Amino acid sequence: MSSSIYADLFWLPKSPENFSSLCRSVLEDDHGLGRRLQGLAKYALNGNQLGRLAKVLAKARADGMSLAPLTPFRLGVLSNSTLDFIVPALEATALRHGIALECIKADYGQVIQAALSPDSVINRAMPDAVLVAVDLRYLPLQSTLGNQEAAAAAVSGVLQHFQAIREGVRNNSGAISILQTLAPLPESLFGSFDRVLPGAPRQLIDAVNRGLAESVYGTEDVLVDVSAIAETVGLAQWHSPAQWNMAKLPFADELVPLYADYVARTIAALRGKSRRCLVLDLDNTVWGGVIGDDGLEGIKVAQGDAAGEAHLAVQRMALALRERGVVLAVSSKNNDDVARKPFREHPEMLLKEDHIAVFQANWNDKATNIKAIAEELSLGLESFVFLDDNPVERGLVREILPQVAIPELPDDPALFSRTLSAAGYFEAVTFSSEDLKRADYYQDNARRVTLQNQAGDIDAYLASLKMEITFQPFDRTGRSRIAQLINKSNQYNLTTHRYTEAEVAAAETDPRCFTLQVRLADIFGDNGMISVVICRRTDPKVWEIDTWLMSCRVLGRKVQEAVLREILKHAEGNGIEELIGIYKPTDRNQMVEGHYRSLGFEQIGSEPDGSTTWKLLVQEASVVETAMLVRSTGFETVEIGNI
Amino acid sequence: MESTEIYDRLTKVFREVFDDDEIVARPDLTASDVEEWDSLKHVRLILSVENAFKVRFSASEVSNLKNVADLAKVIQSKV
Repeated sequence: MSSSIYADLFWLPKSPENFSSLCRSVLEDDHGLGRRLQGLAKYALNGNQLGRLAKVLAKARADGMSLAPLTPFRLGVLSNSTLDFIVPALEATALRHGIALECIKADYGQVIQAALSPDSVINRAMPDAVLVAVDLRYLPLQSTLGNQEAAAAAVSGVLQHFQAIREGVRNNSGAISILQTLAPLPESLFGSFDRVLPGAPRQLIDAVNRGLAESVYGTEDVLVDVSAIAETVGLAQWHSPAQWNMAKLPFADELVPLYADYVARTIAALRGKSRRCLVLDLDNTVWGGVIGDDGLEGIKVAQGDAAGEAHLAVQRMALALRERGVVLAVSSKNNDDVARKPFREHPEMLLKEDHIAVFQANWNDKATNIKAIAEELSLGLESFVFLDDNPVERGLVREILPQVAIPELPDDPALFSRTLSAAGYFEAVTFSSEDLKRADYYQDNARRVTLQNQAGDIDAYLASLKMEITFQPFDRTGRSRIAQLINKSNQYNLTTHRYTEAEVAAAETDPRCFTLQVRLADIFGDNGMISVVICRRTDPKVWEIDTWLMSCRVLGRKVQEAVLREILKHAEGNGIEELIGIYKPTDRNQMVEGHYRSLGFEQIGSEPDGSTTWKLLVQEASVVETAMLVRSTGFETVEIGNI
Repeated sequence: MESTEIYDRLTKVFREVFDDDEIVARPDLTASDVEEWDSLKHVRLILSVENAFKVRFSASEVSNLKNVADLAKVIQSKV
């Protein structure tokens, strides 16, 4: 799992089944073509799929279609190996990063010649940059075992060779160079002693790589650290002797998509397209658990607890990014004071309120919130990364704000920070003292953000979730989960009445009680039981809603509207004319203060303790339709008057 | 693995590699039957088959392939 995060581009959504046909139809009209091609590149594509997309791009280019607003970039490529699979992968992958890349290939093995000769195909093309994609096999790096002087001479010879390539390219075409470090071979000569003995292959390669890095620092030329990519996935996976022998492929074909993403993100960084703000979800992302339900003592963010450590690692990474100039923001579905509490009071929290430039905790959808954060910081949406453990939230923001980068995350929070890092959103090619100050600068300017209008068509997204809601009366099977929800839910809970399992069992057969257990499934999976309702008949024609609670995981999905429709349906069947709702405030359930108002109830009373009473006439109720499939099973209609 | 399943999965790989929804991996199919099937596509095909079946071919296995039937046989011996 951990190494395939990289090889499989795990942070990108899986490609759809019909990717080929999407590629075929994308050129049918040229409206917004650039963005639509970019959209196709945002999946985890394999080599064949990248090749297909590159073909489409080439066709669009040949037909003179506009690729705006993608940034054009011409890249010369020099190599000592077969580039036929790499070049299309580079062009297609660059789309993902907002670049319309056009590669110009030198002939096979023509590296120094193509750089030095003014009329080479590379130099005549006047590229923006030249990628020097050579590997170990190209270089005259003879091992000079035990001979320090000869080793130094060999290294300096190689570095001079690179220098000559860079100068040739610069003088002949004005292009900058993108150099690559060398991936060492997994085969060793002595074993660990390779690292010790001057002139052993591993030593020479390390020296060349260090020399390359030093030689580009402070210049316009940049480095793609291929050696680091290879070490990250494993040198034995990177180097495939069989594929080199078969077709002179410089490294394993299955890693071409990963390599291409590294090159493309470097080019994007050169064009100022790196992301600049990280928006963090809180519950189950920055800490384990739900602050509104579990409270300060219940959330997992402490050392010594595996889940706590995992979430601390997320915080540590966010802080490190802030240090290098990435602005941090928060978007959480919570009450503001509840969400801030761990930042203020939890001793183990590494992130403090001061680190967060914009803190958005409310019950709005997250797309709306992220849009508000972007406006507050005056940063474009394409500068944003959004980290959230919840696939529904990720899907919603991806749908409505496609410019925002949103990594897919594995189930295990231990891998959250690694996945974020693997995605390379914050790739940079320079670092200045300005960067060190940037996060503070934004902080000073940030104010509380006013809420915006909804950012897009939420209903269409909800419809795409294909939600299935299931209503049943309380029963034996659901009993313990019902009791658990009744005793654990704090936030979306109108009365916070607590009942034992025995009391729940009694309600199953109590003729005065109408009960609902509600389950919700969607394309991402089964959410299980997410809502519980108990109505009591206080008068032959009146139900009082004793308990109404819901899991906050399904907020913003119009579940409460669907629940009310179900209650009304049964009320009618049972001869009920009036529903009475009660809101009893606690220090946790402020979010449902307006619950009954938003569902069309009329307020009929209030108490000094803040409790409010609400009424809805069954005949007059009108509840909006919700885009979900409704199943109700196990209900018997009770005859009117049968109390 | 059943022979029909191998051919079904090969057909899927062929369609992906050659971007052709009509192509069918029949036993007697050879490179000369498919216009696009040059030496480079051949490498692409072999690599894609390796990935699809989670197998690795040796150089001699690859160079001895004469038609799709040979390919299916080599796969059969490995899965």
